[in-house]
Amino acid sequence: MKELVDHALNIAQLKWARYADIRIIDRREQVVSVKNGNVDGLGDQHSQGFGVRVLVNNSWGFASSAYLNKAEIERVTALAVQIANASSVVPGERVELGDPVKTVGSYTTPVDVDPFTVSLEKKLELLFAADAIMRRNSGVKVAESSVIAVQNHKIFGNTDGALLEQVIYECGGAIAATAVNDTEVQVRSYPNSFRYQGTAGWEYVTNADFVGNAERVAEESHRLLFADVCPAKTTTLILGSSQLALQIHESCGHPTELDRVYGTEAAFAGRSFLTTDKLNNFRYGSEIVNLTADSVRPTGLGTFGWDDEGIPASATALVKDGHFVGYLMSRETASKLGLKSNGCMRAEGWNRIPLIRMTNVSLEPGEWEFEDIIADTEDGILMETNRSWSIDDLRLNFQFGTEVGYEIKNGQRGRLLKNCTYGGITPDFWNSCDAIASGKHWRLWGTPNCGKGEPMQTMGTGHGASPARFRNVKVGIFK
Amino acid sequence: MNFREIADFVISSSRADETEVLAMEQDESLTRFANNCIHQNVSERNIQITVRSVIGTKIGIAVANDSRPESLYQLTTRAYDLARLQPDNPEFKGLPAGQATTTISAFDIDVATCSPEGRATRVGVICRKAAGAGSIAAGSLTTASLSIGVANSKGIFAEHRATTADLSTVVMGRNSSGWAQRSGWRLNSIEAESIADEALAKVRRGIDPVDFEPGDYPVILDPYATADLVEMLSFDGMGALSVQEGRSWMNGRLGQRAMAEVVNIVDDGLNMNGIPLPFDFEGVPKKVVPMVASGVVLTPVYDTFTAGRETGKQSTGHATPPSPQGRFGPAPINLFFKPGTATLEHMIASTKLGIYITRFWYTRTVHPRDAVVTGMTRDGTFLVRDGEIAHPIKSLRFTQSYVEALKNAEIIGMTPRVLRSGFGGATSVPAVKLAQFRFTSSTR
Repeated sequence: MKELVDHALNIAQLKWARYADIRIIDRREQVVSVKNGNVDGLGDQHSQGFGVRVLVNNSWGFASSAYLNKAEIERVTALAVQIANASSVVPGERVELGDPVKTVGSYTTPVDVDPFTVSLEKKLELLFAADAIMRRNSGVKVAESSVIAVQNHKIFGNTDGALLEQVIYECGGAIAATAVNDTEVQVRSYPNSFRYQGTAGWEYVTNADFVGNAERVAEESHRLLFADVCPAKTTTLILGSSQLALQIHESCGHPTELDRVYGTEAAFAGRSFLTTDKLNNFRYGSEIVNLTADSVRPTGLGTFGWDDEGIPASATALVKDGHFVGYLMSRETASKLGLKSNGCMRAEGWNRIPLIRMTNVSLEPGEWEFEDIIADTEDGILMETNRSWSIDDLRLNFQFGTEVGYEIKNGQRGRLLKNCTYGGITPDFWNSCDAIASGKHWRLWGTPNCGKGEPMQTMGTGHGASPARFRNVKVGIFK
Repeated sequence: MNFREIADFVISSSRADETEVLAMEQDESLTRFANNCIHQNVSERNIQITVRSVIGTKIGIAVANDSRPESLYQLTTRAYDLARLQPDNPEFKGLPAGQATTTISAFDIDVATCSPEGRATRVGVICRKAAGAGSIAAGSLTTASLSIGVANSKGIFAEHRATTADLSTVVMGRNSSGWAQRSGWRLNSIEAESIADEALAKVRRGIDPVDFEPGDYPVILDPYATADLVEMLSFDGMGALSVQEGRSWMNGRLGQRAMAEVVNIVDDGLNMNGIPLPFDFEGVPKKVVPMVASGVVLTPVYDTFTAGRETGKQSTGHATPPSPQGRFGPAPINLFFKPGTATLEHMIASTKLGIYITRFWYTRTVHPRDAVVTGMTRDGTFLVRDGEIAHPIKSLRFTQSYVEALKNAEIIGMTPRVLRSGFGGATSVPAVKLAQFRFTSSTR
């Protein structure tokens, strides 16, 4: 492989590229899914190929191909340079990449059990067991369960001299019960509605205990059909860990992506209200709010050895004691601020360029016991497990829906509520945070379906959170 | 290997009772621009080969992107081994039998051969116009050619070559913005000059938007906003699988007038005005399916699996690509909302107090059974008063049942716009005036 890497980089330099990198990727994905007692999907996906990214003068070009051989590398590299030259027809500012990146090394996700060594029979046995339990509940119309295993073998080389090899494993799954009557449809998922997924081995699935939670999930979906609708009012909101994880993703992770701030996602993913004048000069949240980006926490979907520019994994603060202090950055965007990249460039595959993506963006734990937050709340609603999400292009005005809610009255958890929604404005919302549960309740979740870029790229990101409380939130925005 | 050779190899080397091979080969380039310059510029050549093996009523799926014989053999063997592991699925009635397909020529050599320089020239038109107006343009231009082939051991053999071109931009002024987009299978579908002019006109009209109290108002939707209505309704249940599982907005509404009489929606994969595809992803010829006629909800679309679950049903040719991740279910990917006779100007002139919306953004389903959707307006929202556009207003959030919205449809525009949608299809939609639409909050 090194010979192919060198060949591409040499050609790029001979064609006057001032920087080039190549990624050769071999990705295997296995998904097993069961629905209502039948196998709904069972298969393997295998994708291999390479992509060459070049910087000629101040213009970028990228070309990729599934056909990995010397002749195709020559064609694709030449095409990447041709594309970069074409880009210069509509030129931009000078591109600076900062210090050269010359890292050499290898990284493999630590796993207890390689998920590809677990037999399909064993995976099916697990899913059929959970499926059968969910379908014992007569109110459940659709029972679904699935597991996924991913192995991503990446080789990266650049003209600075970096040469990196990484094998990233991902594993996860979920169960969900859908209850239906004449007028309603209600879903309850476990452990999360966006699939529970991390950089880990098969132990990630077995630790989640799908079978042990199947009966509860089915029963809750059925009960939701007959639950009261979330009332419309302004009240105290307590968010469970997994819903808070998505809140962080949408209202902190995306607006701190520095490419959005510079407008390069304006036509698709949108821009950001966290403009550069606000860096170290803006109160994002209350003083108990601390948000970090890291690519080192075990099992995080944003955990790796190096990003797709060869920058090593790290941890940096985004919000400290409520103040906005940091961005998610690439080499090019960090240089514009006179900073060094914190390693957030990630590409979905060999056929996509790296973009600034979240790694593991998390809310650091507070000091409260979760039950004490409940006990300390006179009137409010506890919401958990995401059902819908929407936020404006600056990441300010949001509205989320959850699968389940519970009324809180006089410090006690009360009646079950369905069709729960809440909305607000990002900094107002985070400044209203007055209680965060302790590390005992903190959990690192995976969001495997974050979309960004054109052509669209789907990326897995990690988000840790413990439950937290927010005051004066508008809830019950339904119809 | 060409598709005939791939299909023959896979089917002849398979030990399964039934075997299907789907090959999609694409050559796609995309030039992306922002801040009035090209900042990302990419090209991809790829092939995806999917083999479905059937043993009795068991199905195994394997996907790879390597068409060499040894890889195809491994792929075919893998799909067979995966099928063997499964219990019988009595609801699966087998792969479709061979049928004659219509041939469609929707391949434009100018799209297939469009060079990076050709894309840059078109993008340059938009960037220079925006800069000349003191504005900033961002957007993308895609040119793609796709070869799709489906064959199975029961006689299906279908091939189609297609091209797609798409150009979109958002142009941003000091405190306003405007969006424009064109899609089609011909290169002349995407005329950069007119796209820039349309977006810039919205920028000029939208300067200094003011706060506006949310509530229920009549709305006039540009085709970009109408497209969101149609695509979200499709996502929320215009395929038979979601209806069979009771999670579609069509449940309880089939045969009923759930929308206004002016609403007519048909899926037509053969219509050359869209981005046509003569057969679906299991090789079944596309049928033209009226889905909403004069406001009456008629039927979802079917693939072979969902048709097999209902007595007397046949596939309508709307299978989506088989996925190891589970069945997505059939989907209408060539929806046409029948145009009316009104101009946009007439819709505005007929409105005492209302809101003109050029585009929706980040719409998500809140409740699927009534297709309740939340989202934002973006890139130009305007107050209409006494038959005229009074002034721009800041973007609004809405939470609204899209079925109810179309129940309140009053006037349909005369000029449809074709916009690229999922699975390689396109949606054709006009402007629409709705008597009522619910806005739930405003933004800063």
